[in-house]
Amino acid sequence: MKNLLETLRIGLLRSQIELKQFMRQRESVVFTLFFPVILLFIFGTVFKDTIAPGVTFSQYFVAGMIASGLVNTGFQQLAITIPMERDDGTLKRLRGTPMSVSSYFIGKALLVTFLMIIQTAMLLFFGSVVFDLNLPTDLMLWWNFTWLVLLGSACSTILGIAFSVVPKSGRGASAVVSPIVIILQFFSGVFFVFTSLPSFMQQLAAIFPLKWLTQGMRSVFLPEEFATQEVAGNWELGKTAIVLSIWLILGLLFAVKKFKWSRE
Amino acid sequence: MRADAAIEVQGLVKRYGSKNAVDGIDLTVESGEIFALLGPNGAGKTTTVEILEGYRTATSGKVEVLGFDPATTGNSGQRWRNQIGIVLQSTSDAADLSVFETISHYANYYENPRNVEQVIDEVGLREKINSKARQLSGGQRRRLDVALGIIGSPKLLFLDEPTTGFDPEARRSFWELIKVLKAEGKTILLTTHYLDEAQALADRVGVINNGKIIEIATPETLGGRNNAPAKVTWLENGTKQQLLTKDPTIEVIKLNQKFGGSIPELEVLRPNLEEIYLKMIGELK
Repeated sequence: MKNLLETLRIGLLRSQIELKQFMRQRESVVFTLFFPVILLFIFGTVFKDTIAPGVTFSQYFVAGMIASGLVNTGFQQLAITIPMERDDGTLKRLRGTPMSVSSYFIGKALLVTFLMIIQTAMLLFFGSVVFDLNLPTDLMLWWNFTWLVLLGSACSTILGIAFSVVPKSGRGASAVVSPIVIILQFFSGVFFVFTSLPSFMQQLAAIFPLKWLTQGMRSVFLPEEFATQEVAGNWELGKTAIVLSIWLILGLLFAVKKFKWSRE
Repeated sequence: MRADAAIEVQGLVKRYGSKNAVDGIDLTVESGEIFALLGPNGAGKTTTVEILEGYRTATSGKVEVLGFDPATTGNSGQRWRNQIGIVLQSTSDAADLSVFETISHYANYYENPRNVEQVIDEVGLREKINSKARQLSGGQRRRLDVALGIIGSPKLLFLDEPTTGFDPEARRSFWELIKVLKAEGKTILLTTHYLDEAQALADRVGVINNGKIIEIATPETLGGRNNAPAKVTWLENGTKQQLLTKDPTIEVIKLNQKFGGSIPELEVLRPNLEEIYLKMIGELK
């Protein structure tokens, strides 16, 4: 019990130092934290039409942006910065201290969750002020929104940590990770209406968490009757929770077993 | 295995593929001593040290560091890491954090951390306390590394090539810092490419080559240095004269009588540690 509290305490301290370092890197603030908001402004300005009476494209797009923000901030950011930390000696130094591995993971997860809260708040704010985004009024929808963001953050964090073993160096990490994320975003219906994609893309996307997160976010932001336009004819929230949980558990097992502290 | 030694190694082997990078090393480092490990690149020095630090696992052999197996994980691994400090080779981490932020953060990891302000004074970074790591010079950056190595008040400190790239003045003042740490009773395992550094700091040096320890001795006696012939040189009839002798005192007295007083441009040179070392590793190549 004492150990567990200590691990949490150090994890919390790590999240503070991680956040400090994140905020001091201008490129990470612009390209990770603000990026979905920048995209919202671009897409929201270009596509002014409605996808159904009273439902703007922005309404559809914000759902996708929040979901893909989870992937950018968690998976993409960690899969790129952890190999960099491996190169610059951060991980080796930490490995030589009594800090426990769990504290490091907790620090990363809290960092991602905190960034997601800021990012989502910005998307909702600018979405509703500038692009007439209709925020849900039903409490149940807000509850769904909350667990989707939290479970999505956790899943994305763990998969980012797990995927950090793939890039050979910090310098090459972005070239490995970014295309995967962009392709996944196209296949998962972030930029286009999912059901208008070819069916092989839909089936491939259904293996990965982003499609389910995006769909879950649509259930929050689109009118209820839109559910019939989904592939399954409903929002499939139960299935979404299961798919995300499976990825979370698999990622956790893999990360704990295979995490690399040094390059060799 | 001796309980009072800081580091005890017996028959250590590390195999990579078909090659033994470390090929049967025996080594004892006493508590409170500075032990320097010397050897050319690829000799097995780094592999040995990284096994002692817990970064790599041994293929075979016995290793005890402060009474623990460095490969230990979990709670006892944490207890062990509480007592050691590691100063890694060139690092560039935490570039956006200030000296104070980094040191005070690392202090949280340890059970009995030292006072952060005191450590900053000791490593001489008081004026840079609010500077970001990326703004520090090479020497200052190494001082930050040492601060992070000693913040947990370790009994044993690993220093891996601590002064590479230093100017002579920075190196001298770094040596003073290491001497202060020794005076505090810390055991230090030092690896270095600089023989004058080993000479200035180490109680004993071990020379490693091709994965084996060739010799362990004090810097003064390594390679039979204390008994090696000395070179006596002087000026006679406008030309430089020299002779090699086991007993330079006798030769100097003879010359003194010959000149009936002071000997012009007299020099008595013993082989320095570097010459002895190069001979040792050269012979074995």
